[in-house]
Amino acid sequence: MSKISRSFTIDSDQHILDGIRRGDSVALDAIYKLYYPSVEHMILQNNGSHEEAQDIFQEAVIVLYDKVSLGNFELTSKLKTFLYAVARRLWLKQLNRAGLSYADISQYEDSLAADDDIEKHEELDSKFDKMEQAMEKLGEPCKTILQDFYLLQQSMQEICDKFGYTNADNAKTQKYKCLQRLKKLFFTL
Amino acid sequence: MRRLSQQQFYELADQYLRKELNDTDRLAFEAFCAENPSFSAQLSQHKEFINHMQATSRRMDFKSQLALSAKEFRKTQAKELKITKQTQLSTAADADTKESQLPGETKVISILNRYKINSFIAAAAVAIVAVFSTLWVSGYYKTLEKTSSNYSALRREMNTVRKNVNAHNVALRNINSKKDADVSSSHYGATGFMVTNDGYVVTNFHVVNGADSVYLQNNKGDSFKASIVYTDADKDLAILFIKDHNFKGSKNLPYTFKSAASELGEDIYTIGFPRDEAVYGQGYLSSATGYAGDTVSYQISIPVNPGNSGGPVLDNRGNVIGIISGKQTGIDGAAFAIKTQTLLSALKDIPTDSLKTKIVLNKKNNLKGLPRTEQVKHLRDYIYMVKVY
Repeated sequence: MSKISRSFTIDSDQHILDGIRRGDSVALDAIYKLYYPSVEHMILQNNGSHEEAQDIFQEAVIVLYDKVSLGNFELTSKLKTFLYAVARRLWLKQLNRAGLSYADISQYEDSLAADDDIEKHEELDSKFDKMEQAMEKLGEPCKTILQDFYLLQQSMQEICDKFGYTNADNAKTQKYKCLQRLKKLFFTL
Repeated sequence: MRRLSQQQFYELADQYLRKELNDTDRLAFEAFCAENPSFSAQLSQHKEFINHMQATSRRMDFKSQLALSAKEFRKTQAKELKITKQTQLSTAADADTKESQLPGETKVISILNRYKINSFIAAAAVAIVAVFSTLWVSGYYKTLEKTSSNYSALRREMNTVRKNVNAHNVALRNINSKKDADVSSSHYGATGFMVTNDGYVVTNFHVVNGADSVYLQNNKGDSFKASIVYTDADKDLAILFIKDHNFKGSKNLPYTFKSAASELGEDIYTIGFPRDEAVYGQGYLSSATGYAGDTVSYQISIPVNPGNSGGPVLDNRGNVIGIISGKQTGIDGAAFAIKTQTLLSALKDIPTDSLKTKIVLNKKNNLKGLPRTEQVKHLRDYIYMVKVY
């Protein structure tokens, strides 16, 4: 069992970063296998639960994803160190927020890379959250129309056929209205 | 270029961004934007918005993919944990058959190397197996079964735990309201019974020693505040007086006080409050002296527990012959009761100024000849739970 799965495992950090850029599930599985245990250990040692460890690790991976998807990310340390440091900063932040002074996470040395990133991450996160909420509130069929057009890059004719509009102009009008609504939702949130 | 409606503009903008416009249209659109700065701004805003939307959507996909991976990982983790445990168990069980042990071990080692964190769990599993098998081999469980008395002890502990938890809950609830008045720091419970029908009650000195306030609760659940009128530390006796205005006095006492010494082997019983409900206990008088030859008390054989202190000891005919005061730990069935004679001499010692009314002891016994259950029924009105704060 272990032999088969190991042959699929990606070892080098660069492979994993490429996989993340593509949203590859093999890369994500590998991230969990390789890097999660140390993060979990750190959090469990510092007043955390398994669930909290899962949440923090997921957030750390998303930080990584945001950086990678911005395109100009260069790994200055090992990926393991990076994730560990980000997770530690996130966890510290959460502890502080909960009013618990952190007892023995005192070794800051390797977390300096992540210091700024957390601030940026939170900003970015709230921006993405806003859009997510707006898209959630938009409702059907608007959501699907916009997704098909802007994300899946379908032509107006395809969308017209799919939703049964009498002509492409009607579909265009509908798309325009939907986009206006989404903008309104996004900017008023 | 002609004037454009908003909708037409966005349509063109979308096509422009998707590079679907032919060269002439594209140039015309670019020229239009260059001419109209407000539309140019709208275009860049639109572009940014679309990009953000696309990024958000990809990010959402990524998140859900990540959640899937997390779920998958947890599943395999749980599975491997189970395998580790099973192999551990089977290794322990088949200690003799080495053939079956070897593949199991290699598997364990490979898993341990990959997940060092699991090694703690594995070690714990081994320890648990070792502990329980040792206990089983040494026959610990068999002796456990035999000593059935552990059962009641265990239940008592549970009650204490529950009480503590309730107290914690109360404390937590009051944490913000800043009234710590009703969080009683420590309080004791014991038993007391009436000496006269106008409100004198006797209990042990050790019960009320150091008391802030003393309350007496009758079997109907009514509580009365009582003051301590007399204590005698040597005899371990305390006389209380109910000074509560709700207390109206009671009917004549049904029992009398026996001044003469009682004989060994006498059938006796008591009622006390080792818990919040009156508890009946019966036994016999086993020795004429108390702990370490103490002549002011008897040794009796009645099962008593903390809370029985101050309870009356009565004989068959409804005479009070003593007051429960304590028991010897480590010796079965050795409880002690202060003799009634001691109580009577203590009553005589009370300075008259500290008494509100003169103590007149009851001479008429209404319990004589009644069956035990009837006696107990009559008695219960005169026995109080002493609550000391």
